[in-house]
Amino acid sequence: MAGREPLRPFVLAGRFFRVGALNELQYRANFAVQLFQSAIAAGTGLAVLALVFGQTTNLNGWTQPELLAVMGVHILMGGVIATIIQPNMIRLMEDIRQGTLDFVLTKPEDAQVLVSVREIRIWQAVDCLVGAIVIVVAVVQLQVSFGIGQALAFAFAFVLGGLTIYCFWLILTVGAFWVVRMDQIVELFEGVYQSGRWPVTIYPGWLRISLTFLVPIAFAVTVPAEALTSRLTPETLALATGFAIALLVFTRWWWRFGLTRYSGASA
Amino acid sequence: MTSQAGLDRDRFVPRAGRIRGWVDLYVTMFRIAILNNIQYRVANYFYMIGMIAEPVIYLVVWSTIARQQGGQVGGFTPGQFAAYYIVWTLVRQMNIIFTPYGWEERIRQGELSAMLLRPLFPIHWDIALLAGWKLVVIVMWLPIAAVLTLLFSPELNVRPVDIAVFAVAIWGAYLVRTMPYWILGMASFWTTRVGPIFQLMFTAELLLSGRLVPLSLMPDWAQRLADVLPFKWTFGYPIEALIGHLPDAELFGGLAMQLLWIVIGVIGVRIVWRFAIRRYSAVAG
Repeated sequence: MAGREPLRPFVLAGRFFRVGALNELQYRANFAVQLFQSAIAAGTGLAVLALVFGQTTNLNGWTQPELLAVMGVHILMGGVIATIIQPNMIRLMEDIRQGTLDFVLTKPEDAQVLVSVREIRIWQAVDCLVGAIVIVVAVVQLQVSFGIGQALAFAFAFVLGGLTIYCFWLILTVGAFWVVRMDQIVELFEGVYQSGRWPVTIYPGWLRISLTFLVPIAFAVTVPAEALTSRLTPETLALATGFAIALLVFTRWWWRFGLTRYSGASA
Repeated sequence: MTSQAGLDRDRFVPRAGRIRGWVDLYVTMFRIAILNNIQYRVANYFYMIGMIAEPVIYLVVWSTIARQQGGQVGGFTPGQFAAYYIVWTLVRQMNIIFTPYGWEERIRQGELSAMLLRPLFPIHWDIALLAGWKLVVIVMWLPIAAVLTLLFSPELNVRPVDIAVFAVAIWGAYLVRTMPYWILGMASFWTTRVGPIFQLMFTAELLLSGRLVPLSLMPDWAQRLADVLPFKWTFGYPIEALIGHLPDAELFGGLAMQLLWIVIGVIGVRIVWRFAIRRYSAVAG
């Protein structure tokens, strides 16, 4: 049975990653396509920053290189979401709707792990590359000493952010057990995710709180970006950690609860 | 060959009958779209909230800048930005068109074969179905607009003539936007790697239509470029027709420009269709 070996989820993810990668490596031209699209998206982001800083020298206390760092984290996290989180959730939604989730539930592994690692879109990872480049440029422009401690804090905050977004996506997707047609949720998420392009501190209070606890954009993008721009306090990092753990526990419970609603293909 | 038969039949129907056929088709498609969409209100609201995030972000960023610059930027106060982006949300719903990405599936799965057998040019189906959907969306949009108005207190004072022109211009915007994307979608007849072409177009549109920011905030060269492209007639113009206190010449001139772009679009669609359909072969449909 699943869950006995703590590393089992990672082994499984590794296997799926290999199969997915081999599958997509057949279509190498897609790499060029993705590179082109990521470059246009990043170019648009830069154009928007240029427009904003054509009118002002700082946005609510954030300078241009600092906002560039936010943009880099946003692209990087967007790459992670598009590579691994979103494809799996979309497939899960389809499986619930069509009843083909049976094939997952009958396997002798933890179903939540399986539905979370089955799909991978390696070419989307180009965004991770672009995001990393933007972050490096931003850090160089910031002209501050960037030590190993800061880098570790950033990496830690980024992983927490990724987990938080994964939980958020899975919580929504599990909603498909009740509301069958969930296809619009992708657009909902993509729309709301765009708000992470700016630090959540610029938003009015009600929106800032929603973007922190309702849709955890703040933990996914702003907190890691704070680590890059020397704004991260230990309190914020502790809050992010606590929130991620609580969300993981809740997601686990919610997934099991949702499964009780599933009636399968034959029903 | 199928296509030619379809088009020829279209041509031989007497004019009066053809117009009645169009009206029938549009009314029926409206009904289908309305019935279809009021069933899935949750899905529609998810989709609308996702879409409303975009203008709210722009609104927050630009009103923050306006406040920092002593109350206005590029002639816009925070209240005027609020008005711009709240009207934006309706205009955006209105100019949703059949996605160019949809063509690939249409061709690959042979759906087009069925469309070709029908005695009307296929674009009417797309226009009619989405127009019906918009009728549902407008009703669903009203409470969202009310909430946004409460939250962001827009500065609005419009004349009856602005409202009248706006009511026409949003449908004009829909038609102006339909044609270029239909033409672009037909690129799928030649290649399956259409993503980059579409994204170039979407990006040009984002920057040069007034979707991202009111065009008056863009650099001069960008504004001049926008003047010779169709994009601004689908976003910036309808919004400014309502809230921008445009002089009559610009107000009504805009409708004429929309008409011009619709005519250019229709001609373009006809020409490209003629070549594109020759590339089509289906196994089944």
